[in-house]
Amino acid sequence: MDAGLTISTHDLVKRFKSGSSAVTAVDHIHLEVRRGETFGLIGPDGAGKSTTTRVILGLLRRDEGQSSVLGFDSMHSPYQIREQVGYIAQQFALPADLTVMENMRLFANLHNISSTDQKKRIPELLKFAGLNEFTSRLADRLSGGMKKKLALACSLVHEPQVVILDEPTLGVDPVSRREFWNLLGHLRLEKGLTIFICTPYMDEAERCTRVGLIYKGQLIANDTPEAIKTLVPGRLLEFTPSKFVPARNLVSSMEGVLEVQTYGAMLHLFVDNISLRKRQIEAAMNSNGITSSGMREIQPRMEEAYISLVTRQEAANHV
Amino acid sequence: MFRPKKPSLPLEPDPAFPIVVEGLTKKFGNFVAVDNVSFNVQPGEVFGWLGPNGAGKTTTIRMLLGLLKPTSGKLRVLGYDPVMQTKAMQARVGYMSQLFTLYEDLTALENIRFYGKVYGLTRDALRQRQGEIIRMAGLEGREHSLTSTLSGGWKQRLALGCAIVHNPRVVFLDEPTAGVDPISRRDFWGLIYSMAKKGMTVLVTTHYMDEAELCQRVGFISQGRVVALDTPERLKQTQMRGQVLEITTADPDRALQVLKTAQAGDAPGGKIPFDEVALYGSQIHAVVPDANKYRRPVHQLLVNAGIPVQSVEWIAPSLEDVFISAVKTEDS
Repeated sequence: MDAGLTISTHDLVKRFKSGSSAVTAVDHIHLEVRRGETFGLIGPDGAGKSTTTRVILGLLRRDEGQSSVLGFDSMHSPYQIREQVGYIAQQFALPADLTVMENMRLFANLHNISSTDQKKRIPELLKFAGLNEFTSRLADRLSGGMKKKLALACSLVHEPQVVILDEPTLGVDPVSRREFWNLLGHLRLEKGLTIFICTPYMDEAERCTRVGLIYKGQLIANDTPEAIKTLVPGRLLEFTPSKFVPARNLVSSMEGVLEVQTYGAMLHLFVDNISLRKRQIEAAMNSNGITSSGMREIQPRMEEAYISLVTRQEAANHV
Repeated sequence: MFRPKKPSLPLEPDPAFPIVVEGLTKKFGNFVAVDNVSFNVQPGEVFGWLGPNGAGKTTTIRMLLGLLKPTSGKLRVLGYDPVMQTKAMQARVGYMSQLFTLYEDLTALENIRFYGKVYGLTRDALRQRQGEIIRMAGLEGREHSLTSTLSGGWKQRLALGCAIVHNPRVVFLDEPTAGVDPISRRDFWGLIYSMAKKGMTVLVTTHYMDEAELCQRVGFISQGRVVALDTPERLKQTQMRGQVLEITTADPDRALQVLKTAQAGDAPGGKIPFDEVALYGSQIHAVVPDANKYRRPVHQLLVNAGIPVQSVEWIAPSLEDVFISAVKTEDS
């Protein structure tokens, strides 16, 4: 086995029976996550993120293909995997009527950590997560962001080499999300931890070292965030038209406009040539009695790239 | 026979502000959840109500909806007092929570019809309205699908449709896009703007700062108090206590550590008075008192630490920078 390889899947397939038909939730997925990477699995609800994660962990049976963690096969060695992996399931809730310290001890006991080791590790982890002043607080009384940090600390109590986090920051405010990601950054640097994370937040995708975009069970892109952003053709023009629908219809059919995305009351256009198309678009709108404000070039973010890739995939599926 | 006279309730059919909040306070025991909050929302405005978890956002909305009684302060929704005129007010407003309160075992159409009847629409009105809602929410062809089989984005638009089946003039949306994919979020914001263009007033809460940028005006609440209230553009000009340097590097995690050390004054090159240093996507945003003065020292500090730096640029702050600055000011 390649020593640097931490998580890998080959042609992984998972189907769910639905009445007389079957739904392919995971459709021939190839993934390779290397030691020390922060890998983000990104996709809409129902795309197959959680199913892929559960199959990798050996919590669900696969139907075809291969999957392993640290060289342990998901189906044949699930217990070895659990000893080496920290996992936060989606919508995971800690026992609310236990204190912060009691939660940590509970998880440590479940992993058979000796009390000597517990005395050393638990204060370290709590300090690291910024929870050392709240050891006797009930988990129920923690803020949303603190609960997520406690869940992370609990998942690390058996000193895993890999953590698998399924939407750990869902419903958490921006300040707490930043703090959570700072913790993950420290872990990667100081402990060489490999991080596998599912998230619906596109700005979080930008913080991963590599990203897999999953859509309808298929991996439609698998690369660094920078490389994925270059998959979108053309340059991005943003403006607010005075009449939204007529403006959108007008520019959609114009030459050199590669793609139109809406952004609230604004339009985002991918064009082949910024200065040329900017003049032409302004002129065309003018002659149709539409004014625009704030027309400027902006840098595409992960979100624009994601929308573009999914839209193209959707079109390809319909051919 | 003597009857207690009902207090005559002044109805203001067309108030200048559909939502009025003045000195609103809510205490739970000793805990002040909402502390002397004031703001107005204009007709047809898309108003963002933002803040960290537990800051008092949902408590404010519950009071506006007449579900929770304020400890003190004045509230008006479409001119009605939510405490005294709860029913009249509730008949004219819509509410959508992040839980998408839909019946999973009813079809999309049945959900719309159910809410229509709850709001007392006549048969004819309901027939016309259900068609409008299906079209607006892009649910054509899915009318007879069981709600449980719809994906997140469909459910979200159906929930919005149900919340506005009675054509309310004000709608409250409490984290309507949590956990929904980017394409559905964009469609949803398209819907919000088309409703606002027709004159509906929208108050929306969100944790997505890119969505906050789409609001015409935003209020930030932190620990129960309003810490900023203005258009996103104005907030960026007035609320930041410093200027933002954007640092692009191949190793942001390690760069962040070096900058934090300099912030604490432990770096060999001396202290750099960062107001805030944080990861932002794959880049770092560092807030300094004077961008021109600190640009080069920051660059040098990182290079000296052996970190490859692509660029250090002075940029306009994003709303997320403002949010973090405002919340931090409140904390200290």
